[in-house]
Amino acid sequence: MGRETKFRLMSMLWEVFVRARNGLSHRHAGSVHAEDPEMALQAARDVYTRRGEGLSIWVVPSAAIVASDPIDKDSLFEPTGSKIYRHPTFYEVPPEVGNM
Amino acid sequence: MATTSIALTETPDIRAILALADDALILGHRTGEWTGHAPTLEEELALANIALDLIGQARALYQAAGARTGHSEDELAYLRDPPAFRNALINELPNGDFAFTIARLFFVSVAADQCWRGGFDDPAINDIARMASKETAYHIRHAAEWLIRLGDGTEESHRRARDAVDALWPYTGEIANPRAPWLAAIAPVLARATLRNPTDGWMQSGGRDGRHTEHLGHLLAEMQILPRTFPGATW
Repeated sequence: MGRETKFRLMSMLWEVFVRARNGLSHRHAGSVHAEDPEMALQAARDVYTRRGEGLSIWVVPSAAIVASDPIDKDSLFEPTGSKIYRHPTFYEVPPEVGNM
Repeated sequence: MATTSIALTETPDIRAILALADDALILGHRTGEWTGHAPTLEEELALANIALDLIGQARALYQAAGARTGHSEDELAYLRDPPAFRNALINELPNGDFAFTIARLFFVSVAADQCWRGGFDDPAINDIARMASKETAYHIRHAAEWLIRLGDGTEESHRRARDAVDALWPYTGEIANPRAPWLAAIAPVLARATLRNPTDGWMQSGGRDGRHTEHLGHLLAEMQILPRTFPGATW
């Protein structure tokens, strides 16, 4: 009996990434609820760029994000703790270089 | 107790600027009434942003009118009675439901866009139009996307959107001058929203001459009570 409709008006969650200036990368700003990509982009603009914060916005369905499991924290991240040679702290920087 | 209203000598120029300014102020006030009542947090901010855009446009226009009348923007907004307001009637109608608010914003914004792009003799008004047209373009985009989703959404949202379009139609004669470009601009959106284009019949008018609906007096009473009761109040 119902009409054939294109929109279901059921909100999904979207993650918002905003690039503040040319040369910077997009940074996670937060999330919005919206029905579809176009409305998500508008909601992101209205919620996260009200004070001139943005030059570019990405919105991504929150469900599309693949996250690491907190249980894997030890195996993923702890081994790097003992590998101080991965930090570039063993170079002699000539004084003429100044602050890097 | 109430402060006396100002009396304006209106030249055609001043009247034309006040029509633009009053349209923006009254719709801005109505849109601002959604603050605290919008269906979602995201839409709350969207409507508040739009309301502030409109009030900003009104301020710039009142300043331009003030340069010709010697009255401040506050005097023009707060110290005129309903018959001195030149806004189109569609702007003062109560918000109704969300579909009514969105359909009105769409109809008015399309008309405003065509007005801004029409050009003005006065360079100061042209500058305001250039700033306002960017804001108006976003208002159209926001309202059109919502109208498409409401019209082509659920049974209930379709019914509400259709009722809103029908109820607003007699008020569009006052804002869509000339009519053909306005009709051409809204037609694709109504089609995507699966909403029928009502046929033009008898049109409401009178706002530009100060003959308003009963709703404007109530709106102004709320908007003006503070500056009229406490002249010069600041916060």
